[in-house]
Amino acid sequence: MPDRLEQFLSMGGYGAYVWGAYGLCAVVMVLLVVLTLKRLRANERTLKMLDGLRASRRQQSMGNGDAP
Amino acid sequence: MHRFANPNRFLRLSRQVLPWVAGLAAVLMAAGLYLALVASPPDARQGDTVRIMYVHVPAAWLSLFGYASMAVASAVGYIWKHPLADLACKATAPIGATFTAVCLATGSLWGEPMWGTWWEWDARMTSVLILFFLYLGYLALVSAFDDPTRGLKAGAILALVGAVNLPVIKFSVEWWNTLHQPPSVSRLGTPAIDPSMLWPLLVMAAAFTAFFITLVLLNTRSEIIQRKIQVLRAAQAYGAAE
Repeated sequence: MPDRLEQFLSMGGYGAYVWGAYGLCAVVMVLLVVLTLKRLRANERTLKMLDGLRASRRQQSMGNGDAP
Repeated sequence: MHRFANPNRFLRLSRQVLPWVAGLAAVLMAAGLYLALVASPPDARQGDTVRIMYVHVPAAWLSLFGYASMAVASAVGYIWKHPLADLACKATAPIGATFTAVCLATGSLWGEPMWGTWWEWDARMTSVLILFFLYLGYLALVSAFDDPTRGLKAGAILALVGAVNLPVIKFSVEWWNTLHQPPSVSRLGTPAIDPSMLWPLLVMAAAFTAFFITLVLLNTRSEIIQRKIQVLRAAQAYGAAE
């Protein structure tokens, strides 16, 4: 079994190239997911904050309007 | 509010679609990796390096697919002034650029052992490098304006004009005598590739495409939200100035 694993890892002597290509893809794709999600979360947070700010400001101005 | 009617529908729809596309990408990727690394045979001439094809070719297809989508989105944005089109175009650019870089890098890792060179200024490789620079140029141009909508307009023109490069890439291996091999899957009639290698390639291509669509959907959500933030900030600044 270790022989077969070694054979699999060596890729007929081209292990560095084959695993290099797959490893690069894996790293890049994981990074893409992480960065894309991070950006989306940050944007969602900012929008929520601005929406909350607007809502409270509107409430405030309405409260002022009601006051005699 | 009318201006956000469509983007809001997109936000709702994409939220429903996203888990399915992402799940599909994960399942296809697992199956594709098994087929590509374990089940498929080494090539008679290229040995195990042929396995690089299963990531290199899908990345190359996505680099073209991504730019073609951007060109179509730009045309839609220009002709029908669809508010979502320009944002979708901008959302696609960084992901397309990344896959173009992956295509170039994995091609290098395949070229070194098989052709004896990391890089050759032949028509295929040079035209793909130009595609990479078009992506970068688009991203730089879009963010170079104070007014984001003007940046998107300028980027749309670049995306449309740059689409001329797509057929050049596609036919570069036929028009010029390149080191790169001619197409073997998209030939008319039967593909010049054995089913034992064609299947892993097709599954990996489907997996990469589902992954790509997942990221474009997520990034388009980001762009829409960012646009809303810009509008809110502008309204606030206007309100504060009153």
